[in-house]
Amino acid sequence: MGGSAGGFDALAAILLAFPPDFALPALVVQHLHPSDDASFARRLARTTRLPVVEPCDKERIERGRVYTAPANYHMLVERNETISLSVDQKVNWSRPSIDVLFESAARAWGGPVIAVILSGASADGAESMRAVKDAGGLTIAQEPASADSPLMPRAAIDTGAVDEALRPEEIGRRFLQLGSRNAECERA
Amino acid sequence: MGKPDIEDIEIDLLLEAIYWRYGYDFRSYARASIERRTRQFLSVAGCASVSEMIPRVLRDEEFFSKLARYFSISVTQMFRDPLVYRAVREKVIPLLRTWPHFKVWHAGCATGEEVYSLAIVLKEENLYQRATIYATDFNDEALEQAREGVYEMEKMKEATHNYQQAGGKASFSEYYHARCGAAAMDAALKERIVFSSHNLASDSAFGEMHLVLCRNVLIYFNAELQNRALGLFTESLVHGGFLCLGTKEGLRFPEVNDQYETVDGKARIYKKKDVP
Repeated sequence: MGGSAGGFDALAAILLAFPPDFALPALVVQHLHPSDDASFARRLARTTRLPVVEPCDKERIERGRVYTAPANYHMLVERNETISLSVDQKVNWSRPSIDVLFESAARAWGGPVIAVILSGASADGAESMRAVKDAGGLTIAQEPASADSPLMPRAAIDTGAVDEALRPEEIGRRFLQLGSRNAECERA
Repeated sequence: MGKPDIEDIEIDLLLEAIYWRYGYDFRSYARASIERRTRQFLSVAGCASVSEMIPRVLRDEEFFSKLARYFSISVTQMFRDPLVYRAVREKVIPLLRTWPHFKVWHAGCATGEEVYSLAIVLKEENLYQRATIYATDFNDEALEQAREGVYEMEKMKEATHNYQQAGGKASFSEYYHARCGAAAMDAALKERIVFSSHNLASDSAFGEMHLVLCRNVLIYFNAELQNRALGLFTESLVHGGFLCLGTKEGLRFPEVNDQYETVDGKARIYKKKDVP
């Protein structure tokens, strides 16, 4: 999930829907001030029953946890289910960048990726919606009318690669359906 | 799934080609970043596929050096993470002071901003003349820039801010002068710095170091190469010597971790134990 201006409330509303035994890992890029000292992760932790982690480099990705990209680092997904961090140049004037996370997730995981673009005054994340969709993933944008800053979800929708535009509570419920289906598949 | 799998194979072949032709080993780099950089270079070079790049990499040295530049782009800044420099001042400097002469290895110094930052700290603590600083990188171009020590003037604003946050004792403008619209670091800061080429993926340890800094370099390596590099640092450090990593990097490997105690967890400063 990626958010920027106004993204926090939307994220909190989505995470509120996740039960403590949620079957998927969630990776979050929120545009932060470079000097943010894990305060975003701490604030987010107060809104959800799942553990919120600001990961270190090469940290293993576990189900039922929320990983937030640290300020000043891009967060990428590796095929071996670990997180890599990078201090590469900013992308869309942002580090962390949503595009960097989504592209790497699409490459590492392909189909089972759900990419969500939330409120923000930027176009970060729009480009990688196509990569997620082409790899067989599901793409969701926050319904622009429900976003504090509709620019970012609007830019994503304009690419034509967004499957669904939903309000934050609806996104939370959608995840629940997909999460339980995922758990059923694994049990079967 | 067809296409991504093919590109995966192509990238493997590209990295093999680079290794066999030029000896640079990117095979043990963190894969996601290498893939990202390869794809970026693809569009810059006007190639339709990674396969198309391979013969050019093999036969055209100029093409390869352009690609190598892409693979080793390093983004750094003066006094990056000010809290780290504050911790160095408070927790490392007092111990460095107990040695009549000490050696520092700044591994993966890139374009040198953080080496000059450390030199400034040592100057202000009246320890600079007792130090020898080895600043190394595998990227010769970056190393040349580090040696010159000339940076964009607009970066000095952020540098000044970081310097103050890091507990700087003077005015940051004392450490550089304007030259053709750029900021040239004071020559006196370079006196005790030795810049040299060193590749953490293939070269061996440096002897008898009292402080090793390697920040935001290991994040570009896979676990195996991280372990190798940490082994080099451990081998290089004297007992009681310090290791300083990036703020999101840690000593995750038991064989390394057991040999250190934590000096400052947040700043990722560790001390090699006195007794092996």
